[in-house]
Amino acid sequence: MKHQFDAIIVGAGGAGLYAALEASRTAKTAVLSKLYPIRSHTGTAQGGIGAALGSVEEDRPEWHCFDTVKGGDYLTDQKAAQILVEDAVEAVYHLENLGLPFSRTPDGKIDQRRFGGHTRNFGEAPVKRACYAADRTGHMILQTLYQQCIKNGVRFFDEFHVLEALIDGDRCNGVVALELATGEIHTFHSKATFFATGGFGRIFKTTSNAYANTGDGPAVLARAGVPMEDMEFFQFHPTGIYRMGILITEAVRGEGGILRNRAGEPFMERYAPKLKDLAPRDMISRAIIDELRKGSGIRGDGKIDDYVYLDATHIGREAIDKKLPDIAGFCRTYLGVDPADKPIPVQPTAHYAMGGIPTDLWGRVVRNAKGDVYEGLYAAGECACVSVHGANRLGTNSLVDIIVYGKRAGTDIARYVRDADFGPLPETADDRARAGVKALVTGTRGKPRGEITARMQETMMELVGVYRAADEMKAAIAALRTLRGEYREVRVADTGKGFNTELLEVLELGNLLDIAWMTALAAANRTESRGAHSRVDFPERDDTNWLKHSMIRLVGDGYEIGYKDVDISLYPPKPRVY
Amino acid sequence: MKITLKIKRYNGEKDAQSYFQEFTLEAQPEDRLLDALLAVKTKMDDTLAFRKSCAHGICGSDAMVVNGVERLACKTLIRDVVTAESALITVEPLRSLPVQRDLMVRQDAFFEKFRAVKPFLINDEPAGGRERPQSPEERARFDDTTNCILCAACYSSCPVLRDKDPRFIGPAAIVNAARFLFDSRDRGFAQRLPMLDHEDGVWPCENHFNCTRVCPRGIKVTKNINATKAQIKTFREKDGS
Repeated sequence: MKHQFDAIIVGAGGAGLYAALEASRTAKTAVLSKLYPIRSHTGTAQGGIGAALGSVEEDRPEWHCFDTVKGGDYLTDQKAAQILVEDAVEAVYHLENLGLPFSRTPDGKIDQRRFGGHTRNFGEAPVKRACYAADRTGHMILQTLYQQCIKNGVRFFDEFHVLEALIDGDRCNGVVALELATGEIHTFHSKATFFATGGFGRIFKTTSNAYANTGDGPAVLARAGVPMEDMEFFQFHPTGIYRMGILITEAVRGEGGILRNRAGEPFMERYAPKLKDLAPRDMISRAIIDELRKGSGIRGDGKIDDYVYLDATHIGREAIDKKLPDIAGFCRTYLGVDPADKPIPVQPTAHYAMGGIPTDLWGRVVRNAKGDVYEGLYAAGECACVSVHGANRLGTNSLVDIIVYGKRAGTDIARYVRDADFGPLPETADDRARAGVKALVTGTRGKPRGEITARMQETMMELVGVYRAADEMKAAIAALRTLRGEYREVRVADTGKGFNTELLEVLELGNLLDIAWMTALAAANRTESRGAHSRVDFPERDDTNWLKHSMIRLVGDGYEIGYKDVDISLYPPKPRVY
Repeated sequence: MKITLKIKRYNGEKDAQSYFQEFTLEAQPEDRLLDALLAVKTKMDDTLAFRKSCAHGICGSDAMVVNGVERLACKTLIRDVVTAESALITVEPLRSLPVQRDLMVRQDAFFEKFRAVKPFLINDEPAGGRERPQSPEERARFDDTTNCILCAACYSSCPVLRDKDPRFIGPAAIVNAARFLFDSRDRGFAQRLPMLDHEDGVWPCENHFNCTRVCPRGIKVTKNINATKAQIKTFREKDGS
């Protein structure tokens, strides 16, 4: 079946819905989501959205900008960060005006709390910058935007999985997608196409990410020849629930929670004397792994799958119930622990992709190191890389990113489609996607997909995790090459048309394997330590050789890596101490 | 431990009617039911169909009926649903919504009723580029309702929808109307009233409390429905109608 819309939005999390709201004011807009929109992963974001409102203490956007740049270990593009923090203030007020139920101060303003790496006066001390709605801020953002889309009559195609981007030279003419309900393949012809498909934490074994976070947008575009930026930078959140990876928000530490080792020592004092437990995530994740390796984990066996305690018992039951009710619920449900009584066992969990589809300041997808853009192709949110997060994202800035850059992309799409024409679309546009799906249901079955998924996730977790080394990454790349080979022999057992969730999972696995491969390759290529990319064999940041973004491109069965300059026009790089 | 999942199956492409199929597998008491379903799907029967996403009770994808009660599979631990006598867990799709395949149900009717109550803030007064002030007490008044993840567990559990009045808008839609009715910033009461003060609106609710019991987010659903009824009655008294 064929459809035509001015704008196609792929993905219905915060970035997609905000873009849809903006674009649909003037453009005929459709949103494709492989889930029901309200199931998107934005809904699981907990602690807050950063904006220098100054509700409870003095704050300024330029302080937020500096923190974002420093937190990103100077790989952050600084004008992009400046737009992020300045637009954040207006965006948060706008969300409130749209109905978002923020928690309030006694005098009725939007309340704010502390989060890691957010400081006043260029690093002096923690500042209360995170606007929050209890510990379900993302849930409220997703709900509010979905409500507004309903109000504005946005057209949704629920449970449509994107298979291919129709890129012709430097122009995108739409997408091909699989309708889960029928197994039918649809072609969506558009003037503008926007990818907001979210993250890909499912390349790792222990992750806070939803099952749906399989990197569909970046993988589909990478296979269409789009380079991926900074894939080596993947954030591990320090406090995932032990063994499950379910996220325990940084807001627990923002409200006073303390990490402790087996001796009960608040060990972050040694790693970040000034910010302690409110240091950025990369530093805390490394500190935890260091503690575990030297036998100071709770089990004390020196293995990196050991854990530490997040102690919130002194915060008090009343504050926990009021400000962190969901966290308390997770602990009770999954651990049988009440965080007001007992500390929470935690370990670093794969959490957020700093890299992805490269974009300019309006969300237009960049196709080379010079910054040339594709016509009619946009991206924002976790699948994208406008590089506001650099080498390490600060907590709360993911929600800021989707709101600010989702909205900007939507605005530019509305502007673009007014004057643009539809590009040509051959009758055969969906041939390749059709053939790809057909190949999965015919022929002899190779290795089971479950086995390939498990090996990929273990490989990435063990060999391309918090700490990285050349020989380990080399082994990971070899293992992933084998797995990608085996993947070509995977066939589905379920040959039904309607609601074929096995077919969907196999397609998702193909995306994950391409993403994992690019992540491992980009990581092995960068011979320095910066932000979340921490190499034991190259422990120092190397601004002379590596103050640059990597751009990895899939070429046939191989790849090539190029580079793009970092914008350091506001703050010259300095050593990063907290 | 060994558990047996007794799963209701249906595939419209080949089954004339639904049937139960049993799978026996190894599981840990602290595993999620979702983990067990995934183990069945990846190791025993790839054709088993169900929805999933966040896996920790926030996205609302995997509501289903477990041992006769609506639950999220990702928020249900095996130890919650097996007993000393029995390790048999019966898993069925949600009720009052058409089955698509196995544990997947069509949610269009559920979302249509949700949309009908205008579940969005209605307020055209200019805000002046700042927030609309709201005291913590005013904010707390509707906090409970903002927990809703639209999983449809309450809708499935409602005996009125099932046995009497399938057109009843149902508990989730009313909770999401209450979300705005009790928000000090909202001005949309009059616009929502025709949908709520209607024979298929709030009045069919008979206070069975099933919705409250099954809500995976702990929302006091029935209480919110009754508060909505009370608000409508107060309005009628004032209005003299």
